[in-house]
Amino acid sequence: MPNIVVLVKQVPDTYSERKLSDSDHTLDRESADAVLDEINERAVEEALLIKEAQGGEVTVLSVGPDRATEAIRKALSMGADKAVHVSDPALHGSCVLQTSKVIAAAIGKVDGVDLVIAGNEATDGRSGAVPAILAELLGYPQLTHARKVTIEGASIKVERETDEGITHLEASLPAVVSVGEKINEPRYPSFKGIMAAKKKPVETFTVADLGIDAGEVGLANASSSVLEAAPKPPRAAGQRVSDEGDGGVKIAEYLIAQKLI
Amino acid sequence: MSEVLVLVDHVDGEIKKVTFELLTAARQIGEPSAVVVGSPGTAAKLKESLAAYGAAKVYVAESDDATGYLVTPKVDVLAALVEKAAPAAVLVAATADGKEIAGRLAARTGSGLLVDAIGIENTAGSGDGAVVVAVQSIFGGAFVVKSKSNKGTPIVSVRPGGLEAEQAQGAAAEEAVDVPAADAAKSARITGQEPIVGGDRPELTEASVVVSGGRGVGSAEQFEVVEKLADAFGAAVGASRAAVDSGYYPPQFQVGQTGKTVSPQLYVALGISGAIQHRAGMQTSKTIVAVNKDAEAPIFEIADFGVVGDLFAVAPQLTEEVGKRKG
Repeated sequence: MPNIVVLVKQVPDTYSERKLSDSDHTLDRESADAVLDEINERAVEEALLIKEAQGGEVTVLSVGPDRATEAIRKALSMGADKAVHVSDPALHGSCVLQTSKVIAAAIGKVDGVDLVIAGNEATDGRSGAVPAILAELLGYPQLTHARKVTIEGASIKVERETDEGITHLEASLPAVVSVGEKINEPRYPSFKGIMAAKKKPVETFTVADLGIDAGEVGLANASSSVLEAAPKPPRAAGQRVSDEGDGGVKIAEYLIAQKLI
Repeated sequence: MSEVLVLVDHVDGEIKKVTFELLTAARQIGEPSAVVVGSPGTAAKLKESLAAYGAAKVYVAESDDATGYLVTPKVDVLAALVEKAAPAAVLVAATADGKEIAGRLAARTGSGLLVDAIGIENTAGSGDGAVVVAVQSIFGGAFVVKSKSNKGTPIVSVRPGGLEAEQAQGAAAEEAVDVPAADAAKSARITGQEPIVGGDRPELTEASVVVSGGRGVGSAEQFEVVEKLADAFGAAVGASRAAVDSGYYPPQFQVGQTGKTVSPQLYVALGISGAIQHRAGMQTSKTIVAVNKDAEAPIFEIADFGVVGDLFAVAPQLTEEVGKRKG
């Protein structure tokens, strides 16, 4: 009966315009519509599928501003049992390593974790490294970019799918898994699930609650910092012609002039 | 001059193009040392090409364990080398494996992690005092950001195709290093591998030319028109999310926010409207050519050359022109 922690993250909707704030080059989280990152729904779904087959408990974990409660509620309404939310103004501007350290500490607050499941890459930061860094910090094996997960007793098998192809992986629990796009189709929360989610426990921690000094996190102590950030000058529209039966030839002429063919 | 470690990305005894880009970038900072982690005998096959792109040293970390476990053997080797050689930076390819290696290495060595760089600058000139600045393109190219590491050794993952490889002669002096034994409880064992069967086309993120089709292609069968143009260029084939969602083309070829990010020399968009979703995955391409029936399609706002017209008339004609030129 695996005890599963699923990581979820509230991200700016990729269909809206995303900005960096002028003052400190951090993500302007207020300016864009926020949603539960799509890949996280697949992570939650996978946890629920394992629970339905083998029992156990699913805890949702999110590190982020108060707005992250929306993402947590969505995961709970899909069927997760409880949630842990780490929210602390001191976290603002934390780098991926600091954030991973906080997540690892928060995972430590959940008893007897067998499996940590995350999305393989968030659509905002796109570092694609958080699950691997967590495995490093927790001392767990990493089975990332999964398109299929099988758990048998204390061992886990994963089919990893990347640009390189498929890699079959095997390890012992506890382990960190990240899921890719193809793993499953996430369910929609039912009305009953949405109602039930309102009564599910959400435990909130500050950084200090996790035994981490506020001075270790946040923009001022990040392991990397942004020197300058500028909106890319919008690509100017180039030439445009209407096809008069010679559109292909026109493109070829352009490409030849540009030395591209 | 201080060393810069470059993790060699290789498969089946062949070096991936991105490795040459990393070696080129490394020369901005100091003296490139290539790090080959692989099964016994790998480095011997790769050495010559590494020398041709300026590798002064080649660290050879070979063992059966090196390929038997996911990611961790490479992290182990690099971490030991960071301690031993005190490099000015470590560069890895921003692939799925590379991003994970970089993240773990930064965590283990207490270093700053600079993710998915499209360029590397040294603000102190070459020499021992190198200050490594990574140029990054974020939110699908909407912002350009420069960042630096504040701790330890800068660990940088560099986006394939982000910069151009240039040859330079290097000594490629070999030095053997140990691959630490894997800790089975903390590692994922590789029990099998199935390389991608992508046919003869180049990999989407490595290709210098990408030809993509969108909803306007209309059906899976008609995607042939996209493939034919791609083959004329020797290009990779991509697809917009709309085309993938409609079942015209498999998801692993999706370009966009929720798919791959590409920055080829030339990107040809056929029947793609150019939603933000899609632009996020391709707007850092050097040159963009678009063909669309709709003169109002947003793709024309970012295209260097656009043709308003029927892709089924324009693309075959272009295929023929490219064929003539290459023939």
